[in-house]
Amino acid sequence: MSTDVNRRDPLATTVAFGSIETANAQAAVQATAQQQASKSMSSYIGTPTSRVDGRAKVTGQAKYAGELNVAGLVYGSAVGATVAKGRIVRINADDALKVPGVLDVLTHQNRPRMADNDQAYRDDAAPESGAPYRPLYDDRILFNGQPVALVLAEDWETARYAAMLVRVEYKAEDHVTDLHAARGSAFVVEKPEKPRGDAAKAFAAAAVRHEAEYFIPIEHHNPMELFASTVVWSDDGKLTVYDKTQGVQNVQRYLCGVFGLKSDDVTVMSPFMGGGFGSGLRPQYQVVLAVLGAMSLKRPVRLVLNRAQMYGVGYRPATIERLALGARANGELEAITHEAIAVTSQYEDFSRNDTGWSGILYKSPNARYTHKLARLDLPTSGDMRAPGAATGVYALEAAMDELAVALKLDPVELRLRCYSDRDQNEDLPFTSKSLRECYRQGAEAFGWSKRNPEPRSMRDGKELVGWGMATGVWEALQMPASARIVLTANGHTEVATAASDIGTGTYTIMAQVAADRMGVPIDNVTVRLGDSTLPACPIEGGSWIAASVSHAIIGAADEVRGELLRIAKTMPDTPFADALAGDVVLTNGKLARAGDVARSVPIADVMRHGKVEHIERIKDNTFADISKYARNTHSAVFVEVKIDEEIGIIRVTRAVSAVAAGRILNPKTAGNQVVGSVVGGIGMALHEETLIDHAFGRIMNANIAEYHVPVHADIHDIKVIFVDEPDSIINPLGMKGVGEIGIVGVAAAVANAIYHATGKRVRDLPITLDKLQRQL
Amino acid sequence: MIKFQYDRAADVTDAVRQIAADPEARFIAGGTNLIDLMKYQVERPPRLIDISRLPLTSVEETPGGGLRIGALVPNTDLAYHPLVEQRYPILSSAIMSGASQQLRNMASTGGNLVQRTRCFYFYDVTMACNKRQPGSGCAAIKGINRINAILGTSESCIATHPSDMCVALAVLDAKVHVTGLSGSREIAVVDFHRLPGDTPQIDNNLRRDEIITAIELPAQGFAANHSYLKIRDRLSYAFALVSVAAALELESGRIKTGRLALGGVAHKPWRSVEAEAALRGQAAGPETFARAAEIVLRDAKGFGHNDFKIDLARRAIVRTLTQAANATPQSQADKRIR
Repeated sequence: MSTDVNRRDPLATTVAFGSIETANAQAAVQATAQQQASKSMSSYIGTPTSRVDGRAKVTGQAKYAGELNVAGLVYGSAVGATVAKGRIVRINADDALKVPGVLDVLTHQNRPRMADNDQAYRDDAAPESGAPYRPLYDDRILFNGQPVALVLAEDWETARYAAMLVRVEYKAEDHVTDLHAARGSAFVVEKPEKPRGDAAKAFAAAAVRHEAEYFIPIEHHNPMELFASTVVWSDDGKLTVYDKTQGVQNVQRYLCGVFGLKSDDVTVMSPFMGGGFGSGLRPQYQVVLAVLGAMSLKRPVRLVLNRAQMYGVGYRPATIERLALGARANGELEAITHEAIAVTSQYEDFSRNDTGWSGILYKSPNARYTHKLARLDLPTSGDMRAPGAATGVYALEAAMDELAVALKLDPVELRLRCYSDRDQNEDLPFTSKSLRECYRQGAEAFGWSKRNPEPRSMRDGKELVGWGMATGVWEALQMPASARIVLTANGHTEVATAASDIGTGTYTIMAQVAADRMGVPIDNVTVRLGDSTLPACPIEGGSWIAASVSHAIIGAADEVRGELLRIAKTMPDTPFADALAGDVVLTNGKLARAGDVARSVPIADVMRHGKVEHIERIKDNTFADISKYARNTHSAVFVEVKIDEEIGIIRVTRAVSAVAAGRILNPKTAGNQVVGSVVGGIGMALHEETLIDHAFGRIMNANIAEYHVPVHADIHDIKVIFVDEPDSIINPLGMKGVGEIGIVGVAAAVANAIYHATGKRVRDLPITLDKLQRQL
Repeated sequence: MIKFQYDRAADVTDAVRQIAADPEARFIAGGTNLIDLMKYQVERPPRLIDISRLPLTSVEETPGGGLRIGALVPNTDLAYHPLVEQRYPILSSAIMSGASQQLRNMASTGGNLVQRTRCFYFYDVTMACNKRQPGSGCAAIKGINRINAILGTSESCIATHPSDMCVALAVLDAKVHVTGLSGSREIAVVDFHRLPGDTPQIDNNLRRDEIITAIELPAQGFAANHSYLKIRDRLSYAFALVSVAAALELESGRIKTGRLALGGVAHKPWRSVEAEAALRGQAAGPETFARAAEIVLRDAKGFGHNDFKIDLARRAIVRTLTQAANATPQSQADKRIR
């Protein structure tokens, strides 16, 4: 390895946030140190950069799927089922149809034709096994709130009113929506993580044992923007669909399948998205209903779900997690058993990896993982920020804390004693794993060394003070993606791919990478995304978009540079006569010799010489084969809570998240991702829970007044540290995604801090004051 | 949207005449609750009578040393009114603990009194609810009742009144001024809201033809020793699981007058005269406070999920009385409990 790779920069990039005390306070973002130097000195990559789409968003110029104005627009309103399971016996839409302005009421009985096979409904994020839900397809009710009719009217108010008048009779059947009631019938799903040794035997023989069950309830994503689709029908039968989605090409292929349309006939656009958190990975039913409406009326149709209906789509599955940890007296793990029982629907088997994360973090010669699913009469569960890890690592890291207590070991020390330099599930080395640095820098920034290990030992006036920590881990994935660059003679660069920017900053990092590689100011770069006709890009999930797209852009930029070089070689007095592709760079609007930038030719001159107005190249990303390495991001989270025990009020007063995620493209947007994730993790620990009345199989808090997420008053100092993590293996930029790592471990760190403050262990999330009080 | 007729009231007399003539009509002022209920189809008024322009927006001193607050004074204006802040700080505090800045800007004083319960089953029109649909039953009793009442419940209804402001008004012995066809009258705030009994659809004792014109506060404001403590699932923008308003008049360490009311536990702000009698003449200390709490909660009854409220209320009463006695009222800006 080169010296560059081994270098440890003492100044990690730090994003510090001031106290957020009032609703009007703005979080100040300050990048205090620069990202590690790169061999190819770049000006934008690694520099905190404000969102290039920020102005459009705050001025309202950015139009979202439900905002696009189209002449002759028809408005839809969906009618939801009021039973959890059964059949539709009768739908009476007479009263609705009598309302002036109502154009039609579509049901399974009178809708346009839809595909009759499961494959047509299977999208990129669909579970491999099962029969995907078909919106408005037949008389079967699979979950409470399922759409049973679509009212179409000349204006939204009329549609919404008429939707109330649609009378539906059901033949209800017995349902089950309670995971605890259904756990006995849960079945095992095969997961790639294989057992090691004999965990049961090793656990029985271990000097110190901890075994417990943990629970995470159903959580809903609650992005600010509601699911919405505006479908524009043209006379030639072609559809342009503006949709809230994390994957325009996924929705495009899905709609072609469901409606038997040719690829050229459907374009899906999603230029902006007001939050997704995974809820928009799969096409949601509003897009199908809106297309049905448009095809039926041959007019443009908009359908926006209301907030209550947002609870009728995917969700983080409620999960029961059982951990059994056996250790030597010195803390070294001998046995890990991790079992998960998670919720899915009756019709699809959705599951993510809850149980294998310990194999990436901690050495243990014996391990056994079991993942089970319980079928409930609910929609299929789905991906929500760090699916599998947010839940599984919560349980693992709470259990590790309990083990540390049993061992009388500092929680950080226990993790260091168990630290694994290899992924034991696959028996592979990591491309990079700077988790030790996360522990060190996080602990230092937090002041962990001042912690009194004894529970209930630290106080601040009436309040008990608790300090807890946990480890976070996520995958560093990269997927096939393609990007197009169009260079115009005036130096303007357009970069395009069919990605989504769900609010994470994809526009901005695309502009940064393109500006650097094309040697132009970022203001000269136009980014296009969220359009299914653009070069291929996967759904925006799994924290893979930044790495996948950036390397496609680099590929396309290099092709453009190659073309410029080819032309430049033909110029009189060319300084590039003997130059190979790798010998030249684009910088300051010029093509230049890499080691001697004074030897250069302005891009404009090259293009004028070649008589080309623009150069356009599309390139797929390519990565070296790194299948012999494990690829992960890591974090260490430290949390302070203050608890008024008598009253049960829990305040999270400080959090430090130290993240190792390779090279950080944009510390500003990346820091924002991690801060948002920490807030999400605090919500998971203390607030979030979808409440179902199991007698009716119906969600009772389907609104954001009663489904609690943290408000400003609940959030105090959150400090994000990006640990320097050079990675010369994973990809040329040495980068990993940061969309999800920030939430993993946060709930455990909060729960562990609450234990440290009170000596009480609440394993069921969220940790509300009644649960804490029950233990007093 | 269900279509409705919209009318404006020219003055109080006109408002009374209009509402008396149309039993299904509703007054609208700030609309912070009514519009919500209309969106959920819980309320379907065919006619709205807009009273927001009536001249009921003044706060005036009364000859008796009290304060008369117009029914249309916005919650924010009331909370920040200098005379309220000085003389009735418990009222400012209770208002500031509720809702959000935006809602408080819109909400009126009179509207705050007549806001409706937040019971999940009241809001979901597919569920049985005697308050929304008399005779349909109460799904909350065997349902998700963590936020529901523990005091004064009936077999028909276990809903709570959600107001914070009214809990402070109850300890202040405020009076509600109303005007109807047969003239004006006063109703003590403690008698304004009702217990559910077998008519939970009737929230309060306001007659069909009456409009709230003002709230009157007596001179005694308990500015020295008071506190409003609101306990909820997050530190802002959530309804009270339990809230306590405590006001004391102390004389050399002993309680001359003690007032105590609870929110989030009953169909009305729950004032306990019996507990107040037990405070009178006693030392302002933990034993006295615990005894008062015992009295308040003697007949409390949980329904499963909300059992915890009984013990929580006991602790909260003791804490709030302690805050009041120590002249360290709970801050609504700093969420740290004192």
